[in-house]
Amino acid sequence: MSAQPSDALAPVELIPEAPGFLISIVRRLRGDPLGLLGLLIVLTVIVLAIIGPSIAPYSPFKIKVPERFMPPTLLALVGGGDGVHGTFSHVFGTDNLGRDVFSRVLAGTQIALGVGGGSIAIALVIGLMLGLIAGYGPRWLDNFLMLLFDSIYSFPTVILGLTVMTLLGPSIPTLMFVVVVIQTPAYGRLIRTATLATKSSEYILAIRSLGSSPGRILLVHILPNIIGPLFIVASMDIPSVIALEAGLTYLGLGIPPPAPSWGRILQEGFESIRDAPWIVVAGGIPLILTTLGFTFLGESLRDLLDPKLRRIV
Amino acid sequence: MLIYTLQRIGLAILICITSMCLLFGALHLIPGDLATIMLGSRATKEMRDNLNHEMGLDRPVPVQLAKFLGRIVQGDLGSDPVTKRSVATIIMENLPYTLVLILTALGWSAALGIPLGCYSAIRRNSWIDRVTGVISVGTISIPSFVVAIYALLLFAIQVNWFPVIGAGDPGNLGDQIWHLVLPSFAVGLGWVGYLARLVRASMLEVMGEHHVRTARAFGLPEAKIILHYALRIAILPTITMLALAIGGLLSSAVFAENIFARPGIGKLIVDAAYLHNYPVVQGAVLTTVALFALAMPIADLLIAWLDPRVRATF
Repeated sequence: MSAQPSDALAPVELIPEAPGFLISIVRRLRGDPLGLLGLLIVLTVIVLAIIGPSIAPYSPFKIKVPERFMPPTLLALVGGGDGVHGTFSHVFGTDNLGRDVFSRVLAGTQIALGVGGGSIAIALVIGLMLGLIAGYGPRWLDNFLMLLFDSIYSFPTVILGLTVMTLLGPSIPTLMFVVVVIQTPAYGRLIRTATLATKSSEYILAIRSLGSSPGRILLVHILPNIIGPLFIVASMDIPSVIALEAGLTYLGLGIPPPAPSWGRILQEGFESIRDAPWIVVAGGIPLILTTLGFTFLGESLRDLLDPKLRRIV
Repeated sequence: MLIYTLQRIGLAILICITSMCLLFGALHLIPGDLATIMLGSRATKEMRDNLNHEMGLDRPVPVQLAKFLGRIVQGDLGSDPVTKRSVATIIMENLPYTLVLILTALGWSAALGIPLGCYSAIRRNSWIDRVTGVISVGTISIPSFVVAIYALLLFAIQVNWFPVIGAGDPGNLGDQIWHLVLPSFAVGLGWVGYLARLVRASMLEVMGEHHVRTARAFGLPEAKIILHYALRIAILPTITMLALAIGGLLSSAVFAENIFARPGIGKLIVDAAYLHNYPVVQGAVLTTVALFALAMPIADLLIAWLDPRVRATF
């Protein structure tokens, strides 16, 4: 065994500042095939969401009833493209109204990422504020917020979503509101715990004795020290939020038609699952790939950036 | 011990009450009035007034809240405005189906996941461990309703092995089990990986503890060390997780019940939601919250009973 113990024992570089950050993450992911696969899938999904509308062969809303239930290209390759086994004009076939399933799946990428990312961002901001208040504010306010968080937490997510959607009526803003309500307690709790741990440290005591206002202490001195783990946790929530959006839409209580959410494609496909099974297959696979991609990437990032979180999450 | 038990149950009750207040608040904060939502925009004013009076919505809000909480304490969840039957009765008819589905899913996933996690921990970094690790992450992240749809497409439509819809003939146990296979597969699949990961992590921790080393030093057989000394401790975090899992399982059950057209709480809520039948939605939601809130203290007590070290700290 003449292998030199060079790389393994070399001092690990700390994560550099902004410019090399992404490159350093990719470099660190190199030894982790699943993490790289996740990164690849996530980047593909993001690119597809941005350029999707311009590469889609048809409009996702264009109804052409005579061309309904046209089988996908894959079946054409097996059967010879005679129209019964499949066509070459519609890669994923067509649905019950003759709309191109591939174009609809592409358009769904935008909805999934937009609703998922947007609502998580809002939940992050609200959770951050409430968490800081709970951690730094008076005891009674802390207790009240914790009870509120625990109570929201005790509703099963899908059932809470169904209740709110029933009351307010299905729409994209309502769906985002549901996600914010479900996700905020998790972020609030995390920030509260970190704030509690930080506020008794000596540098905070020193700043307070210099007469700093609570707002300044929270935003300038505590926040930068505790915000890191929050982003990792939030990025790991993206798959479950995308699944929640698709799930509620599947049940008819999410994003209203005709928006081509993946959940809507699955629901419409499910109604004709015996005649045109390719619709549910085409609607489900991007959902599975996206959630897998984000999960693989999130797990690797968590292990890379903050091994301590492994026990919490 | 008694004080601890009472504290846990007290917290569970407090959470239930807060949840009820949240539900009640949501009902009153919504734009527009409930009767219009339930009856649709074509209802006459008389119809709306009638429904408002029937549901007690024409009285002052604090009175309504007090009456609402008072009735729930007595187990009265109101009556269904569509069928005029008691909501509590409707829920009791549907709840057993959901509980059977959830417990079956938990049962098979624990029966597979716990040994898998245990084996992964003992044979760390073997190929089984690695494959289990990848499959765990994979199955955890795939949405259960996609699993349900694909399972139905594959095993009930493409190859005709299992029935497509329903819960089976009420008098025929074999038929009922037959109808349970695919839904419980869909609900439980994600938990196999979850449990395997959890048990693996906590087994790895326990195997390094002093009492395991002592047992080894005494020359006990490895199988006895693993089963009696390590797994008994390593299983404890899993029990807490299983109690927390009730929420996720109920969410998955909503999809499985709707996709396989099985009766149950999840199907009840969705069907009532389509009809804007608010009293039924509210009753069913409160039932699920109560299930979840009560599962936690039960898990805590179970852990105290199983682990003498926890019991000693009371």
